[in-house]
Amino acid sequence: MSETSPKPNDYESAATGASATVAEFEHHGGFLTRIQHTLHQNPALVPLIVLVLSVILFAVLIGSNFFSPFALTLILQQVAIVGITAAAQSLVILTAGIDLSVGAIMVFSSVIMGQFTFRYGLPAEISIIIGLAAGTLMGFINGVLVSVMRLPPFIVTLGTWQIFLAANYLYSANETIRAQDIAEQAAALQFFGNSFKIGGAVFTYGVVLMLVLVAVLAYALKQTAWGRHVYAVGDDAEAAELSGVQTKKVLISVYALSGLICALAGWVLIGRIGSVSPTSGQLANIEAITAVVIGGISLFGGRGSIVGSLFGALIVGVFSLGLRMAGTDPQWTYLLIGLLIIGAVAVDQWIRKVSV
Amino acid sequence: MDQKGVSLMEPILQGKKLVKRYGRVTALDHCDFELYPGEILAVIGDNGAGKSTLIKAVSGAVIPDEGEVRLEGKQVHFSSPLDAREHGIETVYQQLAMSPALSIADNMFMGRELRKPGFMGKYFFQLDRKEMERIAREKLNDLGLMTIQNINQAVETLSGGQRQGVAVARAAAFGSKVIILDEPTAALGVKESRKVLELIQDVRSRGIPIVLISHNMPHVFEVADRIHIHRLGKRLCVIKPQDHTMNDAVALMTGAKEPDFESAA
Ligand SMILES: Nc1ncnc2c1ncn2[C@@H]1O[C@H](COP(=O)(O)OP(=O)(O)OP(=O)(O)O)[C@@H](O)[C@H]1O
Ligand SMILES: [Mg+2]
Repeated sequence: MSETSPKPNDYESAATGASATVAEFEHHGGFLTRIQHTLHQNPALVPLIVLVLSVILFAVLIGSNFFSPFALTLILQQVAIVGITAAAQSLVILTAGIDLSVGAIMVFSSVIMGQFTFRYGLPAEISIIIGLAAGTLMGFINGVLVSVMRLPPFIVTLGTWQIFLAANYLYSANETIRAQDIAEQAAALQFFGNSFKIGGAVFTYGVVLMLVLVAVLAYALKQTAWGRHVYAVGDDAEAAELSGVQTKKVLISVYALSGLICALAGWVLIGRIGSVSPTSGQLANIEAITAVVIGGISLFGGRGSIVGSLFGALIVGVFSLGLRMAGTDPQWTYLLIGLLIIGAVAVDQWIRKVSV
Repeated sequence: MDQKGVSLMEPILQGKKLVKRYGRVTALDHCDFELYPGEILAVIGDNGAGKSTLIKAVSGAVIPDEGEVRLEGKQVHFSSPLDAREHGIETVYQQLAMSPALSIADNMFMGRELRKPGFMGKYFFQLDRKEMERIAREKLNDLGLMTIQNINQAVETLSGGQRQGVAVARAAAFGSKVIILDEPTAALGVKESRKVLELIQDVRSRGIPIVLISHNMPHVFEVADRIHIHRLGKRLCVIKPQDHTMNDAVALMTGAKEPDFESAA
């Protein structure tokens, strides 16, 4: 500024001699405050700690039967589908939405892959592509209803959940395609059921897909503009719009991507159970939401990391297998998972206080 | 500023007979608005007079029901704030428009992120965080916002005034044709307000015109070239600070006094 500013008011000149040192906030020593802060910065840390502790707990309780490469990779196999649908659910929940139709999209997509192969005689590979496209389309429909029509995600997906599921039963005529037929005529449908061994550890291709998918999404969320926009939309959609985010496009992309990932889960599902059944995956919805919540992603949107959801899915897997091996009533699993959910939300609230 | 020249110039940003209704509330009632090249135009008016709605209508945040918006003489139809921004209009909205959980650097570059040069940026869309952080830090330093220590701090951990500072720095850094500030000093301390006023004059000396909405009459009279007085959803009149007192302005704004013939809109 070259021109002299016309007489600043007197009270302002009193500030000219003010010290130029910056306001430093004392870190008055709270150990708890520091933990709170660290967790705020690294939202996947809590589920990681819980995961490690629960593995140690069952290793001590059950011993080498549990703490073996075989059992630990069995957990991975058992959570693959939950882990993949939870990744889809995480994306939607990060935008402060929810997708109750993940399970329905998964099953319907798998049925489409199967029926297009066996009813219309298309090559399995083509049917798979059609199934993936169908899942994406279903997600896209959710996205349009949420972003363009501005309907609440809970209501939209409550509706489409019923619609996709009913369409699934009607289209498949409740008919299951047998595993043996698939293995003989359309092995590509069971691709993700294949596995390889490293020592005692057994990895299915479905597990590999889950891990790669989570890694790719974690990168996209953290390192690309799209990822930043997903968080911004979930944080405060109006502010995001005003600061130059195309919120509608972001929402549609998230729901469509969620649909695609669910269709992938449907393909993995065929590999896991061998057959194509319109009645499979009934619990997928609730399991995905459970994994996301235990994984520390805030249902209010904008906070959490997708790696946390993977840990959430693994925690559930560890408890399920651990308690089963310990020979307890399976109801204990549900009871403990219920406690974990409430605990996770309580921790989320506590971490959020850091900003208030 | 040579005010005599103004009437011969074409406005850089103009609103004509803008109307915006919210249900039964008419926030803008056939409102006119002109911003001339190189000037600081203050907009004053009572709470609820429609000032924020006016600037939203000319910056793409609100689509007017009637009337037209012209940029450099050509009619424009902004469909979003991003659209207006791509035409060089940068706005600090009253509600600041920041994502609380994201960092200062993320917020400053929201919607205009920089990608890494080379392979990772081109094929993997990787953000150039280092560069964005460097620029963000530089812009905040320009504004004297040294109290912010960590550019990766989440915006929600900033004080209200610091947030406002970040929003102003963002607009000043990127505005190329017009900068609009809706109550940029409302939450600021004395020193920080002074910095913002200096920044406003600085931006003007770079040749970029500014719209400043403020309730602070001393600030308005200090920096404005012209003052647009807004009342009941439209422009009542435009005055020059050197021809009127603050009391006149307040009397006009509140309806205690009617504008005289020559300055009436
Ligand atoms: N999104 C909205 N929905 C409904 N009414 C609105 C909305 N935005 C503004 N209004 C109404 O429009 C009128 C003008 O509001 P506006 O925010 O433009 O006033 P303002 O002059 O900026 O006031 P202030 O000085 O308090 O910021 C008010 O009566 C307000 O209630
Ligand atoms: Mg306002």
